[in-house]
Amino acid sequence: MTETPLIGGATLAPVDSRLSGARIGVVTFPGTLDDRDAIRAVRLSGATAVELWHADTELAAVDAVIIPGGFSYGDYLRAGAISRFAPLMGKIVDAANSDAKLPVLGICNGFQILTEAHLLPGSMIKNDHLKFLCRDQVLRVENNTTAWTNAYAPGQDITVPLKNQDGQYIADEKTLDALEAENRVVFRYQGFNPNGSRRDIAGISNAAGNVVGLMPHPEHAVEAGYGPGHTGTDGLGFFTSVLNTLLGDK
Amino acid sequence: MPRIVVDVMLKPEILDPQGKAIVGALPRLGFTAFSAVRQGKRFELTVDGEVTDEILAQAREAAETMLSNPVIEDVVNVEVVAD
Repeated sequence: MTETPLIGGATLAPVDSRLSGARIGVVTFPGTLDDRDAIRAVRLSGATAVELWHADTELAAVDAVIIPGGFSYGDYLRAGAISRFAPLMGKIVDAANSDAKLPVLGICNGFQILTEAHLLPGSMIKNDHLKFLCRDQVLRVENNTTAWTNAYAPGQDITVPLKNQDGQYIADEKTLDALEAENRVVFRYQGFNPNGSRRDIAGISNAAGNVVGLMPHPEHAVEAGYGPGHTGTDGLGFFTSVLNTLLGDK
Repeated sequence: MPRIVVDVMLKPEILDPQGKAIVGALPRLGFTAFSAVRQGKRFELTVDGEVTDEILAQAREAAETMLSNPVIEDVVNVEVVAD
């Protein structure tokens, strides 16, 4: 598929020709909203986006998977609770836990799905102020050694959009202490905690670092003209990081 | 038709933002006797026919694995209600 030209005359940087062979799957559930933006972000990073449907029973030989944001199954029961039982999720969980360590990124509702699927610990409850909140949010990259953050500098601050109502990350103290000790707090809110998340946690990883989940939306900050401040492209690093991982550069 | 009722509550140690908003609103309507509110979920599972031990066991398993998230919630009650 050809890409719509970028607004504002921005041109894409030339990309490594090896990248187009990288197949990044983007999962769509009923009620997913941000799959198109995630697909576009994958293409802008130079890789091939592969559309996956929740009812698929095979992973279509993808090299990594993104579970995008939205309101899968209307967030009925709990955010992410029903999606977790979709046929494709079983395949994703197995592949993420296998020796091949399939890289998996969960964004917003995708993060909620990953916690419900027990790929990541803890859970999300309603924001402490009870309101839906949409803002440009500063995050600190606390761990740049994961499959999805190696393009960032350690401690780098990035600005990406945040938009949710059930964004308050919670886990028991033992789990939180373990996450900190194992360097698995990947992102922390900077300057302002937008939802009451424990210890300002915005995103975490599994022990191996191939599975990352976060509430804010890097896929909305990949293209000049649309991102925070109309120029922000801080989110693109997620999508180039996974390509570094797949190419074995990092 | 008998139903199996499943009640799910947020764990006691987890702050319930919705309950907090409700307890704040009650006095404005003159309900001043209540110092705290916690909001939970009630599920009603309808059974066609008799509720056997096996069906009740299924309901308990569904309550633990799907109807609640053990990270944040407790199943506080599973009971059969006859109509």
